[in-house]
Amino acid sequence: MIARLAGAGLVGFTRTLVGARAQWRVAPPTGQCLYFANHTSHLDTVAIWSALAPSQRAQVRPVAARDYWDKPGLRQWLSGEVLRAILIDRKREQADADPLAPVRAALDQGDSLILFPEGTRSAERLPQAFKGGLFTLANAYPHVELVPVYLDTLHRSLPKGALVPLPLPLYCNVNFGASLSRVAGEARDVFLARARAAVEAMA
Amino acid sequence: MTPQTKALYVFAGIIGLLLVASAVGWLLSRRGADGGGATVQNLNARVRAWWGMVAVLGTCFAIGPIATLLVFAFISFFALREFITLTPTRAGDHLPLVAAFYVLIPLQYWLIHDQWYGLFAIFIPVYAFLALPVLAVFGGDTNDFLERTTKIQWGTMVAIYCISHAPALMILHPDAPPGQGQLLLLYLMLVVQISDVMQYVFGKLFGRHKLAPAVSPSKTVEGLVGGGLAAIGIGTALWWMTPFTPLQSAGMSTVIVMAGVCGGLALSAVKRSLGAKDWGRMIEGHGGMMDRMDSVVFAAPVFFHFTRYWFPG
Repeated sequence: MIARLAGAGLVGFTRTLVGARAQWRVAPPTGQCLYFANHTSHLDTVAIWSALAPSQRAQVRPVAARDYWDKPGLRQWLSGEVLRAILIDRKREQADADPLAPVRAALDQGDSLILFPEGTRSAERLPQAFKGGLFTLANAYPHVELVPVYLDTLHRSLPKGALVPLPLPLYCNVNFGASLSRVAGEARDVFLARARAAVEAMA
Repeated sequence: MTPQTKALYVFAGIIGLLLVASAVGWLLSRRGADGGGATVQNLNARVRAWWGMVAVLGTCFAIGPIATLLVFAFISFFALREFITLTPTRAGDHLPLVAAFYVLIPLQYWLIHDQWYGLFAIFIPVYAFLALPVLAVFGGDTNDFLERTTKIQWGTMVAIYCISHAPALMILHPDAPPGQGQLLLLYLMLVVQISDVMQYVFGKLFGRHKLAPAVSPSKTVEGLVGGGLAAIGIGTALWWMTPFTPLQSAGMSTVIVMAGVCGGLALSAVKRSLGAKDWGRMIEGHGGMMDRMDSVVFAAPVFFHFTRYWFPG
């Protein structure tokens, strides 16, 4: 109950601060989705989450970095109770541990995901090269719709090295593109370049 | 008649007008299978947005001046957000922009709440004007420094300083009966918005000659003259809600309408120089907040100072 109220409050806060209006280039897919987006600020996760329709939001879980979202206090509560985030370790403690294991578990139980395949924030308008996780998941879960997302202004919102760590309230459109098609036997790098191009095409 | 009774009459009139507009829109949308086409759909979206705006303004009047101040502070916030979103600012502009959003807006509206007219009138044109470039220096980026600083100063003046003169009407006559200042604000908003609506209607019905095709392709001479005269007529007929005589009210309405037209044209040119057709999309059918407030931006300070000079209370 409190988590649901906080969720509504978080959507209201995000809309007030950065707009976060969804722009669907095609009709939204109905099945299980993997939304992958460019990553330029800490607001990205809640911006996409707020832009989704309530029914889509109920199924979606952001994949987020444990080192940022697992700090005790508000962040931990928001990521755990409100966003139901899947926290992954960016620095592997054991060399043989599979960092994607919790992500697979979520996909197995039918959750949709928000993923930032660059792995880290960039200060640029266009995304950096994608890491391989998206390719692995796309192959392992062929029925999941791969939806490219482009966030258009948030790279200006909180530049790295800013003296005051306050995000600028710039109006952000959350652009959703057509699901990525699957090409049988496609090489990893070709697939990742194609996925990144799908995000860039909406810039 | 107390100011509260007058406000009730005015709101009753507005609601009556909106009911007529909604009924007309509904009838038009029933003609033809496509719901009357894009123009009618846009008209109906606008009317729906009007209902929302009137509801917000009515709630403000019912609660009191603080609610009105808060709402206008948020209008300034959304207007500045649109302005800065369209402006290609750089990483070095972060500090002055943080100051504009998180310091200047609250402070300017607090000065109105505090009835500190002297500082309200010069705070942004003097102190913010000087401080913003200094803050930008800390960004360490001298590329296009003047252009970048100017744009931030412009956004601050337009979205915060100019718009804040509308709610500042509430503190213009501190000794007047409570509610009189809010009526002045309502009068300004009504004349400005009726002028916009009437110019749109007259332009659609009789528009032949484009006023400024490069700047604002939808504005026509016929719309300007017909809509402006109609708005001045309505403003004159509303003299009883103001401290003005009917003749004075006609003069004030003329000032408001003319300043509003100038604001619409000048800000449309600014918008186009930033490469956009609409300021934003937050109000359905109207575009963004600045598309709805561009006339107010110019009309509010001029109306404020004309009233202050000739009706010092």
